[in-house]
Amino acid sequence: MKPVKRPKKDPANLTMSAQHPEAQHSRTIRPDLQLIADMIDDGSRVLDIGCGDGLLLSYLVEEKGVIGRGMELSQEGVNASVTQGLSVVQGDADSDLNTYPEGGFDYVVLSKTLQATRDPRAVLRQLVRIGSYAVVSFPNFGYWRIRLSLMFNGRMPDTPLLPEPWYETPNIHLCTIRDFVELCMACGVVIEEAYTVGAALRPRPIRSLHTANLCGQDGVFLLRKA
Amino acid sequence: MTGTAPKSPDLLRSLPGHRVELGDEGPLALDCGETLEQFAIAYQTYGELNADKSNAILVCHALTGDQFASETHPLTGKPGWWEVMIGPGRPLDTERYFVICSNVLGGCLGSTGPKEVNPATGKAWGLDFPFITISDMVHAQKRLMDHLGIDRLFAVVGGSMGGMQVLEWASKFPERIGAAVPIATAPYHSAQNIAFHEVGRQAIMADPDWDEGRYQDSGKIPRRGLAVARMTAHVTYLSEQALHRKFGRRLQNRGELSYGLEADFQVESYLRYQGASFVERFDANSYLYITRAMDYFDLGADFSGVLANAFRGSPVRFCVISFTSDWLFPTPEARKIVHALNAATADVSFVEIESDKGHDAFLLNEPEFHETLNGFLNGFAEQLGLPTADLKPLPSEDGTSDAGRIS
Repeated sequence: MKPVKRPKKDPANLTMSAQHPEAQHSRTIRPDLQLIADMIDDGSRVLDIGCGDGLLLSYLVEEKGVIGRGMELSQEGVNASVTQGLSVVQGDADSDLNTYPEGGFDYVVLSKTLQATRDPRAVLRQLVRIGSYAVVSFPNFGYWRIRLSLMFNGRMPDTPLLPEPWYETPNIHLCTIRDFVELCMACGVVIEEAYTVGAALRPRPIRSLHTANLCGQDGVFLLRKA
Repeated sequence: MTGTAPKSPDLLRSLPGHRVELGDEGPLALDCGETLEQFAIAYQTYGELNADKSNAILVCHALTGDQFASETHPLTGKPGWWEVMIGPGRPLDTERYFVICSNVLGGCLGSTGPKEVNPATGKAWGLDFPFITISDMVHAQKRLMDHLGIDRLFAVVGGSMGGMQVLEWASKFPERIGAAVPIATAPYHSAQNIAFHEVGRQAIMADPDWDEGRYQDSGKIPRRGLAVARMTAHVTYLSEQALHRKFGRRLQNRGELSYGLEADFQVESYLRYQGASFVERFDANSYLYITRAMDYFDLGADFSGVLANAFRGSPVRFCVISFTSDWLFPTPEARKIVHALNAATADVSFVEIESDKGHDAFLLNEPEFHETLNGFLNGFAEQLGLPTADLKPLPSEDGTSDAGRIS
């Protein structure tokens, strides 16, 4: 399957839409999810890995007419999704992505799940194999509050995005935005678009890696295979 | 009806429900190479078919199930095997859907099988009946749908062997079905499951009353062999936790061990009862034929060993369901189906339901299972413009507490 033709979007418009989702859509979702949704073309084929209870997926299906599939590890999440009529399978990103064919989807979404996988590098390669494009978001461990927390408290961070104590967090492979960009380069993955989502949950296109790495709470990337 | 049509025993004539003679539109070619010129399918329906015939759900029964899915069973007097699932406000809501359940080809409750009369000899078919497969059963069901004038089923749903039929439907007639729900099933019958079936068959064939399959001619029934087959199979339908909870090591009607071979333990007494009551409602030769049909099931083998090819380009919406404590059709078997569907980028949902009730969980009151199935069917109904509805809670005692009636 050839990559879908994807007109370059104006980051300003994209950011506006993310701030004011109701301006375009009847439903509203979290700004970080809205940012992801805005990256995805209407009517495309989307696989949402780690789709939780199907919040983003149901939005994409209902508001953007995508052909949506999901994968989720937790039984509660899968059951919640299927019960609301979404097509979601119980599965593990680390072991089950190889069951999907190359180019099987236009977009593969991995929202705040990469850091919970055993082998993020292998998962990243699978994403760009299965999808013409991959959308990946993750909490940025280089964010200044996390740096300060570690510097002054000497403890692993306890933030709304990373709420569990270190011994029971599912996040086993945390990284910074800089780490992620370097991993993409090492894996031959092309970064098409890159954003940070800050404390005010306002998405900003990444222009300076240094600033993004310090000030971004989350990183959101649109990727494709080289 | 034609003059050469097999005659039914009086008992079957008196069974409630529908029975249709098929074959006038052409003989049924079986996988074994033989053909059935005429054959009968007994079926039961629940709910009303809508004007555009878009609300029909075919329910496929398991190994020893039958067409009486949701009513008092005419032979046993017990509730139908899927009464928890079929009815107003239940996942297969009879206020919205038209539910059809047919007795499979090779069965013994009105459909043509080894118990019926062979028109060529005037005697019961016995082992002269051609060996049938899951695919043959589905082809017979398709003839029934043609007869009913239903071009496209809203969904095909079934557990265990019923799930095999669902997979076969989706693979062979994808244009004839909207959704497929294979439950507690597998893409092929495993060596372990074939082994259990073989134990059951050997028990039947070792019974002197089996008489090389001609027991009907002499008016006998291989009761002991069939009961042992059922007892063995029944254990595989439960789980260690379910057996422990139900029986533990409790003694049956006694304070101490007999130091003999009487049924000292409750579990022994229970199994003996299960075996004895099964003999009253099921035919030994049918058991041999239908277990064989399950053993032969290997959907991927029909597609050069690549299961995904069975679903390539499929327009069908799938919902695969398994249960955590099912060791007869464990979750890894369901995952094989899911992975094949993924490889074909089919529209698939997959849920593993937490249950300690073993394989039989699909027959029982498992609210999470029912919610999932209802949600899945609602999602599809909405897409087709059919009405949707929430589940109504089941009565607390619905006659379903007896784990493992019919699997």
